[in-house]
This record gives sequence, C-alpha cells and structure tokens, in this order.
Amino acid sequence: MSEATLERGMNAFREQMNAPVASFFSSCVNCGMCAEACLFYTETGDPKYTPIHKLEPLRRVWEQEYTLWGRLKSMFGLSKPVTDELLEEWETLIYDGCTLCGRCSMVCPVGNDISYMIRRAREGFVAAGYAPEGIKGASRRAVTIGSPMGVKFPALAAQIKHVEADSGLTIPVDVEGADYMALLSSMEIMNFPEYLEALAKIFKQAGVTWTISSEAFEATNSGIQIGSSDIARELVNRVVVAAEKLKVKYVISPECGHAYTAIRWEGPNLIGRPYDFKVVHILELLDELRSAGRLKTEGTEDDRLTFHDPCQIVRKGGVLEPPRNLLNMVATNFVDMNDSREMNWCCGGGGGVSANERAEELRIKAFKRKKTQLDELNVETLVTACANCRLIIEEGLEEYRMEMPVVGLTEMIAEHLVEDEK
Amino acid sequence: MSTSIDFLLWVRGPGFDIALFIFIVGVLIRLLEVLILGRKPDYSEPRGAELGAGLLTLVTRTAPEGGSFKRSPFTVVGGYIWHIGFLVSLFLFVPHIELIDSVLGIRWPGIASNLVDAIAAVTIVTLVAMLFSRLTHPVKRFLSGPEDYLTWVVTFLPMLTGYLAYHRMIDPYPLVLGLHILSVELLMVLFPFTKLMHAFTFIIARWYNGAMAGRRGVQS
Amino acid sequence: MADDRKKLSMTLGESLRQQGVSRRGFLKYCAATASMMALPPTMVPAIAQALEKAKRPSVIWLSFQECTGCTESLTRSHSPSVENLIFDHISLDYHHTLQVASGDAAEAAREAAMHENEGKYIVVVDGSIPLANPGYSSIAGISNLQMLEETVAGAAAVVAVGSCAAFGGLPHANPNPTGAVSVGEIVKDKPVVNVSGCPPIPTVITGVLAHFLTFGSLPELDALGRPMVFFGQSIHDRCYRRPFYDKGLFAETFDDEGARKGWCLFRLGCKGPMTYNACATAKWNQGTSWPVESGHGCLGCSEPDFWDAGGFYNALSIPDSDLTRKTGYVVGAGVALGAAAGALNRSTRAKAAAKHETVTIDDLDKKS
Repeated sequence: MSEATLERGMNAFREQMNAPVASFFSSCVNCGMCAEACLFYTETGDPKYTPIHKLEPLRRVWEQEYTLWGRLKSMFGLSKPVTDELLEEWETLIYDGCTLCGRCSMVCPVGNDISYMIRRAREGFVAAGYAPEGIKGASRRAVTIGSPMGVKFPALAAQIKHVEADSGLTIPVDVEGADYMALLSSMEIMNFPEYLEALAKIFKQAGVTWTISSEAFEATNSGIQIGSSDIARELVNRVVVAAEKLKVKYVISPECGHAYTAIRWEGPNLIGRPYDFKVVHILELLDELRSAGRLKTEGTEDDRLTFHDPCQIVRKGGVLEPPRNLLNMVATNFVDMNDSREMNWCCGGGGGVSANERAEELRIKAFKRKKTQLDELNVETLVTACANCRLIIEEGLEEYRMEMPVVGLTEMIAEHLVEDEK
Repeated sequence: MSTSIDFLLWVRGPGFDIALFIFIVGVLIRLLEVLILGRKPDYSEPRGAELGAGLLTLVTRTAPEGGSFKRSPFTVVGGYIWHIGFLVSLFLFVPHIELIDSVLGIRWPGIASNLVDAIAAVTIVTLVAMLFSRLTHPVKRFLSGPEDYLTWVVTFLPMLTGYLAYHRMIDPYPLVLGLHILSVELLMVLFPFTKLMHAFTFIIARWYNGAMAGRRGVQS
Repeated sequence: MADDRKKLSMTLGESLRQQGVSRRGFLKYCAATASMMALPPTMVPAIAQALEKAKRPSVIWLSFQECTGCTESLTRSHSPSVENLIFDHISLDYHHTLQVASGDAAEAAREAAMHENEGKYIVVVDGSIPLANPGYSSIAGISNLQMLEETVAGAAAVVAVGSCAAFGGLPHANPNPTGAVSVGEIVKDKPVVNVSGCPPIPTVITGVLAHFLTFGSLPELDALGRPMVFFGQSIHDRCYRRPFYDKGLFAETFDDEGARKGWCLFRLGCKGPMTYNACATAKWNQGTSWPVESGHGCLGCSEPDFWDAGGFYNALSIPDSDLTRKTGYVVGAGVALGAAAGALNRSTRAKAAAKHETVTIDDLDKKS
C-alpha cells in the first residue's frame, strides 16, 4: 500500500503549475488587499489569514522550479525549501482558514484568482498527507459508502417512502429516458427531506419527467474539498456513469454549493471529456420553468427576508439572477444584503471547513461577518440555496443567539405552488 | 580622468546598453516562461465567453471594488496616486519622450515640465507614505520581505534622482543626471527578477481571472 | 624703457590720472566691476580705494595647445573702457600673440618678469599641456610642461583661461592623442582659477583679473575651480527661453515655426541644463547676443569634456546606444531564451505528471 509523502506532495504541486498560476504569482506585490476580502482575516485580524499568504508553499515551488531566476537562486542554496514542517504549519491555513469562497479573487488589483490556486495547492497538501482528519474521513466514507455522511441508498429509499406517504406524490427512481436526473446531498437526505418533497411537487406541476438514480444519488464530492482530483474523479464518474446509463438529458445539481462546482465545472475536466448530458442547478431549472410559465405560485411571504448567496453557486457558479427572480415571485419584502451576488460573504463553512471539526472555533468566529451583515438588514427570515450554508448558518445563529428561520429557496417555492385541481 | 561627464557618458552609453539588454531579454524570458506553460482545455460547458469577459476584467480591475476601497482606502488611493504620478513622470516628461523616441522611434506630446515637477513631488511624498504604510500596516508588514523593500527602493530612486536632477540640487549637473539614469538602469536590471514584473504580468493575470470567471457567467 | 619702469611702479590711480581718466569715469568703472562680480553697490568706494592704490601687477600669458581663440575673445572685450583700463594697467610682460618681441628676446622678457616680480606675478594659461610626448608642443625648445612648471614656481596665482587650460578641452577629447591635461592637473601648490569656455566670455576673464587687482585675492570658486560669480547658475536657469521649456514648446528643426517663434532648443541638442556660464546675462559681442538668442543650442563649452558629451544636436539625456539599433537581435535572443525557459517548465510539469501516483483514500495518511 502506498502512503502520502512529501515527494508526492511536491510532485503534485509541480503538476498544478500552469500559465494562470504562474502569472498570478508573478503579479502579486503584497499589497494586502486580499486580506480585507477574507472573512478569516476580517473577523480575526490575524494577518496569517491573508489569502495570498496561504499559498506560500505553492509559491515556493513556482519560484524555485518554474522561474529561471528562482532555479539559479536555489542552485546556490538561496531559496527556502518546502518541507514537511512548512506543510504542517500551512495545513491549518489552507484547509481551516479558507472556504474556497473566491471573494479575494474578486478584489485583487492585479487580478490574481487566489481561490483557484488554493484549490490547486490542496492537491499537493493531500498527496503529502497534510489534510484535516475530518475531510479525510468524509472522503473515505464518500468513496467506500457512497456519501460523506455515510448515507446509503436504503436510507434514501426510506426517506422517499416517507415523503411519498406524506404527500401522495411519487418519486421516480431509476427511470430510464427521463429528461432529468436529480442529485441530492446527504445533508438534504438526512436533515432537510423537505427538499425532496419540494422537487416532487414542483416537477409534477411543471410536467417535468425526472428520476433519481439508486446508484448515484449523492451530489457532494469530498474529493473537491480535500483537493484530490483522483478522488473527485472517482466520485464524479459515478454520477456520469449513472446519468449516461439512464440516458437523461440533464443532471440537476441540488441546493449544495460545492456539489455544483464539482459536477458542473470540474467534472468534465476530471474525466477528461465533455458530458453527454447537461448539468443545471436546481435554481436555474426553476427559473427556466418560471419564465416559461410552467411554475404557478399563489400567496406571498410578507416577512422581511434576505438571500444568502452560496459562493459556489453564485460567485463561482454564475447563478446570480435566478434566486432573485424566484424570490420576487413569492416574497413581497425581499432585500439584498450589502455585499451580495458575486461579492457576497461566505457563511464560513464551505470548501470542506464544515467537515473539519478542528476548524469549528475559527469558523464560528468567521461567522461574525454574516452576523454583521444580517444585523445591518434587520430581517426576519434568511433564504439560501445550499444545504451546507444552511446548516452552518443555523449553527452560527444559534451560537450568537439569533432567532431567525433559515429556509431553502426550493422549498419556499414549493410551498407556494398552486395545488393541482386535477 | 574620471569626471562627471565620463560618468554620464558611461551610464547613457554602455550602462544603458547593458540595462536595456537585461531588461528586454529578462522580461521576454519571464513572460514566455509563464505563457508557454499554458493551461489544459476546459471541457465544461461554458456559460459565457472567455475573451470578452477577460478583456473587460483587464479594464475594470483598474477600479477598486467598492467594499475593498472602504476597507483599504490608503492602499487604494496611495496606490493610484503614485502609479499615475510615476507613469506621468515617466511618459509625459519631455526629455523622457525624447529618449523613447531615440530608442523606439515613437513619440507623443508631453506636458508642461513644471506640472510634471509638481506631480513628481506628490509621487515622491506618496511613495514615502506607502513605505511607511508597508512598515506599519499589520498585513503589509507581515507579508513584506526583502524583495518588497528592494522594489520600493529601486522605484523610489529614479523619482528622487529625477527630482534632484530637474532642480539641479546636486552639482555638477552631469553627475546628478548620470545618477538619475543609473537609478533607472538599476530599476531595469532588477525588473525581470522581481515582482516589478507585475507591470506586465498583471495583464495576463487579469485576463485569466476574468476569462475563467466569465466562462462561469460571472464578471469578475 | 625707463618710462616703462616708471609706469610699472605707479599705482593704478596715478596711471589713470596720467592718462586723463576722470575720477567720475573711474568710479563708473568701479561700479561696473562691482556689478559684474555681483558685489553690492556699497562696495564701490572700497573697490575704488583698492584700485587707486593697486600696483600694476605683472602678467605672464602662456599659450600651449590652443587655438588663440581665447586671446581673440579677450581682445574683443565689449566694454573697451573697462578692458583697456585693465590692459593699460596690468603689465602684460609675455604673450606670444600680442608681444612685439620674438625669439630669445621674448623668452628673456618672461624670465625678467619672473625675477623682478618673484612671488607676485600672475600666470595666465590658455591651452592644454601634452604629457604623452613633450615634443608635441614646445616653445623656444622648452616643452609646455617644463615652461609651465618653471613659470608657475614664482607666481602668486594661476588663471587657466579657456576650456583647454581649465579642463583639457579639444586636445583632451577622446582619444586624446597628445595625452593633454589641464593646468590644474599639473599645478597643485598654487591657487588656480578656471575661466572655462570655448572661448570664455571676455568680461569674465577681465573680471577675474579685476578681482585680483581689487582685493589681491582670488574670487570664490565652484567645485570645478570656476568663479562662482560667473559660473554659479546654469544657462538653462538664466535662459530667456526657459518658459517654453517649462510649457513643453520646442523647436524641432532650425527652420520650423517653433524656431521662428523662439521656442526652446532642447530637442535640437541644447546643453543649457548641464552648462554653467554667464552667457545668458553677460552676452557676447558687446552685449549683442549669445548662442541661444541667435537660434542655436548651447554646446556646453564651459563644461569639462563637452566635446565628448555626444552629438551637439542630440538632447542631453538621450542614450548614446548601439543597442537601440540592434533591438531586433536582442528581442530575438529574449524570445529564444524565453522559449527555452518555457520548454524547461513544460518538461518539469510533464515529468511530474509522469511520476503521478493516483491518490486513493488509502494513502491520505503519512506513515510515521
């Protein structure tokens, strides 16, 4: 059996080098502005959380092995090497102190996409054996059991039965030739089964043919969070195989941020080819149905409410307007936060941080950013579209003794659906 | 006999040749070693086009995002002032245009020398303030290493010696003019080996940032 | 001869009265001298008093590697009353061009002056001194170097007139075939005043002599040994075309509209910014004009090595570079090296990719 070694880590760093990364490192002038875009810095005031600083190990590899000058310097022993000690120290910065939210990438004056590099740097950390236990465990469960939370299909089947009994709707499983194949996150299966019911209701009204695959229902991808393309590929491939077997036209990414990144943006590159199907986020699909007039709602939410933009769906996913279109369909008193859409602030639990128990204290501290945003707005309800954000926000609100319901957008739409007369 | 004219002749003769050679060759190496790395094809289905978004970001990143401006006003404003002041002094001062014309054969109108003088004074003061900020701001001080201070010095010296030369504050004049040219040569020589390269690579960086975000339907 | 001797022992005041110069005329000269030397008007009586009592000093003028332009300049001094005065009232005992005597008689005059005025006479030098081979320039079989050392030994002060004597001048220009040096490089134990220029302004030459006559001392000098009064400010700073420079208005050619409108000549190679001299204020040819006023840039003739400061028609800061003509090759070299560096980078990455071992959930831990 092989093991994680520094050499494998170094090799992975070397593999990750490309023109964007090299241009980013060449351009950084240490202006420090990315720090102000990072909730881990703004809420702790500790400069070690400056985003670009988290990349020091990868930067050293770039300088020493990918620049002529750096090669000369290291030949004369003038460079600081990448060591186990360095990676150990940086592990907490790159995993605990970064949610891959990508806000820093929006403010860098020279245009450095820092979160893009963090994602790549994690490839080296995981290969060298410096990943947090929590995410390692999630990855092991995802690969061996099929879900990071250890949810197997029988558990889902039980929930399906529940939902079907409660609502009188049918939830199709393994239906070949359906237009859509829906994915779920384990968190939705275990904590928010309302999502499943909402899907069934909405699709019934809109006349969408859909299915769930018993072989690949899990949308989340721990490989993306731990930063291993090899593990991520294995997980994505399950979805691809299932979708192509069921010959669906679309795969629906659920209300989960990084799942969308995994299946929508990274997936084709992991398997090295375009898919035979398209990937849509559930909000994109709902907005499409809405504009086609296939989504009929009644009644309104009159609470003052706001929307938390999940980073991976909005800033890094490009689903900016659909949540707002949908909210305005059913809510009369919707207000945006001060920093919203592509400039939103992360909940603090993305990028694997929520699976990393060690990071909890830091994550709770970082949540103060969201708390401040909510305090400014004085809203009664928070709507979001990511099961992970939702859980993190609920925990944060509880920690800071804030009473506020957190609702999934899809469920909110489902609640206002016009009941079928037929 | 080593006089100030000998010195001036050396810096604007062989000295300039050496600096220009290192600058041109070094910058080309640095740019090519970045660009040739390339990136893998992206198989995901694009939501938007890369080219337009990349070019747009190249332009829009010049203006700070609102929240960042509020959180780092000094870095933003100071950065603007000295970058603009530096570029104005470099490209709009008449003797510099003469120099560029003689090297590259292209020219453009300059602006009044006393206006350049005033701008240069503001730039010098701002650069000192930026150094002070680097030494005192917790994040900048934490991030900064010898290279950050070295690049500050080689950026500051041409401004300072240029100012001294313009006002003939050091005698004899060929000496201070020579020192000015020498300080620029120092800047040119160190340019390809330091983060001064950002003056070129920011174009590549912004483009990639904008293109990769634009592909996902976000204008970064 | 006896008359001459008597004249020599007369004070300047006596001599003037003998020549019929009025007291008023004398004071006018003193005032002119004061203003030329930038002294306050309150100094005029002191100057007059000093000059009244001054004895005619002996002046020995040595000409080495020179073109006689400095003498030509001197004899064309534009305030004849002032310069005549000076020339009537110094005893110019040796000067190739101006003396009547020649051959042995001339040399005898020099030696006599040296003996009679031991420690009191002034040596004026124009021209540089060749060190590569003494035979390059000699007078009466005496090399320039020998004559200079010999003559300066008993002198009170030395005035190096013209850029050749002051800085080596044209003979010193690269590659300096005669090994020409300035007076200052040979004379180390006597005060040396450099009155540079090619040629120097006549009133500046006489002004320095007047100062010596008046105060018995040399004027305040700048770092290059030039009198501050005349060389304290640059041509550029005193130039009446300076406002055009500051506005960025330049003549591009000698006959364009800018040239006709009198715009700045910087682009046409004017060395005004590096040149310290009094041309802009003292002017030439009886105060008629000066180079910039006549439409030509300053050549920088009062500065060391001005012959070597690049072309007269190239702006001062322009690189004198061979490389600019070979930019294509340099770019080619850069591209070639850059391509090699890029290829090296790609191979580094390809080697890493070849060495890639698939990460599985079984090797997430380090064994140790």
